[in-house]
Amino acid sequence: MSNNVIYGINGPVITVKDTASFSMQEMVFVGNEKLIGEVIGITSEQTVIQVYEVTTGLRAGEPVISAGGPLSLTLGPGIISNIFDGIERPLKRIEKISGAFISRGSAVEALDADALWDVALTVKTGDKVSGGQIYAECPETPSITHRCIIPPNISGTVTKAKADGQYKIHDAVAEITDDKNTVHKLTLCQRWPIRRPRPFSKRLPGVIPLLTGQRMLDTMFPIAKGGAAAIPGGFGTGKTVTQHQLAKWCDADIIVYVGCGERGNEMTQVLDEFGELIDPKTGRKLTDRTVLIANTSNMPVAAREASIYTGITIAEYYRDMGYAVAMMADSTSRWAEALREISGRLEEMPAEEGFPAYLPSRLSEFYERAGIVEALCGKEGSVTVIGAVSPQGSDFSEPVTQNTKRFTRCFWALDKSLAYARHYPAINWINSYSEYDTDLAPYYEKNVAVDFMELKSELFAVLREENTLNEIVKLIGADILPDNQKLIIEISKTARLGFLQQDAYHKDDTYVPLIKQYKMMKNILHLYNRGKELIAKGVAITKLIESGLFETLAKMKYDVHNDNIDLLDGYILKVDEAVKSIIK
Amino acid sequence: MTVKHIGLSSVSGSLVVLDNADGVSFEEMAEIHLDDGSRRTGRVVRIDGEHIVVQVFEGTRGLSLVNTGTVFKGRPMEIALSPEILSRVFDGVGRPADGLGEVYPVTRRDINGSPINPVSREYPRNFIETGISSVDALMTLIRGQKLPIFSGSGMKHNELAAQIVRNAKIADESGESFAIVFAAMGVNHDVADYFRNTFETSGVLERVVMFLNLSSDPIIERIITPRCALTAAEYLAFELDMHILVVMTDMTAYAEALREFSSSKNEIPGRKGFPGYLYSDLASLYERAGMIKGRKGSVTQIPILTMPNDDITHPVPDLTGYITEGQVVLDRVLDGMGVYPPVGVLPSLSRLMKDGVGEGFTRADHTSLANQLFACYAKVQDARSLASVIGEDELSPSDKRYIEFGKVFEGRFITQAPSERRNIEQTLDMGWEIIRMLPREDLDRVSDSILDVYYDKKAER
Repeated sequence: MSNNVIYGINGPVITVKDTASFSMQEMVFVGNEKLIGEVIGITSEQTVIQVYEVTTGLRAGEPVISAGGPLSLTLGPGIISNIFDGIERPLKRIEKISGAFISRGSAVEALDADALWDVALTVKTGDKVSGGQIYAECPETPSITHRCIIPPNISGTVTKAKADGQYKIHDAVAEITDDKNTVHKLTLCQRWPIRRPRPFSKRLPGVIPLLTGQRMLDTMFPIAKGGAAAIPGGFGTGKTVTQHQLAKWCDADIIVYVGCGERGNEMTQVLDEFGELIDPKTGRKLTDRTVLIANTSNMPVAAREASIYTGITIAEYYRDMGYAVAMMADSTSRWAEALREISGRLEEMPAEEGFPAYLPSRLSEFYERAGIVEALCGKEGSVTVIGAVSPQGSDFSEPVTQNTKRFTRCFWALDKSLAYARHYPAINWINSYSEYDTDLAPYYEKNVAVDFMELKSELFAVLREENTLNEIVKLIGADILPDNQKLIIEISKTARLGFLQQDAYHKDDTYVPLIKQYKMMKNILHLYNRGKELIAKGVAITKLIESGLFETLAKMKYDVHNDNIDLLDGYILKVDEAVKSIIK
Repeated sequence: MTVKHIGLSSVSGSLVVLDNADGVSFEEMAEIHLDDGSRRTGRVVRIDGEHIVVQVFEGTRGLSLVNTGTVFKGRPMEIALSPEILSRVFDGVGRPADGLGEVYPVTRRDINGSPINPVSREYPRNFIETGISSVDALMTLIRGQKLPIFSGSGMKHNELAAQIVRNAKIADESGESFAIVFAAMGVNHDVADYFRNTFETSGVLERVVMFLNLSSDPIIERIITPRCALTAAEYLAFELDMHILVVMTDMTAYAEALREFSSSKNEIPGRKGFPGYLYSDLASLYERAGMIKGRKGSVTQIPILTMPNDDITHPVPDLTGYITEGQVVLDRVLDGMGVYPPVGVLPSLSRLMKDGVGEGFTRADHTSLANQLFACYAKVQDARSLASVIGEDELSPSDKRYIEFGKVFEGRFITQAPSERRNIEQTLDMGWEIIRMLPREDLDRVSDSILDVYYDKKAER
């Protein structure tokens, strides 16, 4: 028993003098209240510890005790539908203990130790098993079956397996004896350090899109399952709404939503809303597939740094069971700022804008944990990471945005001027990109329509041309443009209003199936092509404008409901007839 | 038993260092007794073994290494609270400043507060009618929201805040009790007096708690002022079930005080010299707004900040915008044109609006109308920039219509006398009246069913 005591205190950073008993990233209990901390620096003179709670009231001389391992999470049934703080403490339980305001040193177990789970064993005595294999299953929520997996470092023979039945998370349901004759008891839960990626057999290529029901994403800038995307945008441009939309409608099995240094009311909103909304895929409540990690902006800053890792570790755990997991991190800039704050307290030499020099490597480590893999159990699982970035002063050249751009392959740039005009989602179609486009092309061609990619590049060409024309329009006005260019302006207006813009609060428009997206795009381009023909024949564009077709197509997103998508085919005919009558 | 530590080992800026003081806790309060009998207050900001760094609120003028004795109070900064604090005036660190003596404490609270558990929060949905058309229609204030006013020097943010305070009081028809907490940070006497007069003339002075750290008061106290005010607000809201409106001005002065304090501690500066933790620090104030499940009261915040050089990307407005639930941005051009309140509509926003307006809250057409007004006004800006290049005469008829619309929108809808109060019905009706200047097919954000009711039928009447 060592007697290490606090020497210095500076905000969330404390130091311990003259000790060699700590190791890097070890978890420690600080002070009489046993606040949770982590060792982040060791020199021969002092050990530096960051504390995950408010340090007000700590005194020099209070004890610092090792927790005997790195900062780890308890992984087991009961995670889904729960809401945790940045270091996996259940906020609902904390509310019971300390009321509406979070107090310090709340030592609560992450998962409910008394809950009984209906466990079915999938191994029997005598089975040869290895790490990552599934040994038991239990229904965790109506839509998710929890598969207990053998910790990756354990393998051997099953020497004891309990009968199926009801067990608590700490009950040993099986025993494994390894080659060295050590007996490992398997309970329903396991511990895993948050900063170490969980192992898998091999990475697989990302060829299936994560479908979100958002036209701007699914059609224009798709992301693959197992991919990583960044949503940068200044305040008020709709990062959070986009993240919420993704969390609500994307076709992942499990959503890990990390509110990292953001508003408390937003987490409350997610809690309220997800309890009421129905997952279109399973017909169950969205909370049945969602885990929330909340470190609101007034919660301790060190736990903010950890919350991202907590989120991704939980995501990887469910990936290893063979689920498609999507993790939303809102916002990674707050995490980077937490790094900066801690770094500043350590008096490290800053790099760009005060951020530590290791910011890029931390970001790349984090985004590399995304991926679609063959898990150790042989099933295919994926972790898709979508990180919001809040650039200071809406300036995309700042270090967090720039470095994130390097490590993600999807960039959904939110635009202030679109947001000011209340064009949502305010994703700028000129500055955004998705590198998954070509990887995913076969999927779209096979599952939606052979000409999907063709139509899409046509739409992009029109929008790009409009962008160039707008420069001219700004100088001389739209009236002077020739008719064929006016057509571009008009059709782009229809595409912006009727296709790119999507109303998150409209019952039909909030989620649009891929086939509807395709048909809408096709209708708009059909009008464009017929319009081009007319103009080639010398018909004035005003005639086409007077026909009202542009407005009709702009409103089809509201007029055609999701349960009657075939109605969209009728628009082709409508356009053709109108064009015919113009020619007469 | 109190131990008095004699002498200091160094003095620098507002910080003093004591050696060999045992058992001192982090952020503990200290009292410094000078040999001339005066006392100063300080707070422990850093512990390094036996070196204790104390920040002295009143400044270190006159302190020497030998003429002081320091007593540590054994507890963090607290403020005495009781229902009596209503109608009282305090200084920046919560000491009575109205000569009416100490508050007899019913309870004492740590001014740093504790974060509200997101699970315990009640999502704010109750609309507060401010009587100001631009705010009510386009950036609706919701009870429990934090909605700052981004302004610049010389613009009418104080008048706007005062108008909201005056009107919002009347809006509380339910009879639930209502109070205002006012925190002044680094503003001059005139501003403080202006607010006091406003409270007096609107007859709410007995329901106001004031915390004043004026521009001549010690800068370090400025860091404490909003925390005292919010602690008082939380007490009134969550213990005494009141609806509290907190007006804090000027957040930029607060942030500058924080910067000064940070640099005196030799911390590594971030953007524009502000400390790297400015975001967390501001959040620890703004996040103290909200409602809690099962409690009747609420804390609504209207922080006011002046954007240096009207620059919205300056760290203070920038970080504030990332934390608060929207912002009301005042516009220099409108102000120059004599428009009051000079609300710059396009960059302004209320994030909580979407769940607090519409059917059952205000009126079914509210959201669509607001979106349409935003979209049309955005087009006005495009038309104007085109007009500035080619001249207004050369514009297309449609663009000319938008220019006209813009004039009426600014002149009638945004403009409002400081004493004029429009209820939400009047505001929305006026919005429709103005939007009828534009042809129906231009209104692409409103569904036909709403247009049928509000665009066509009302026009017939």
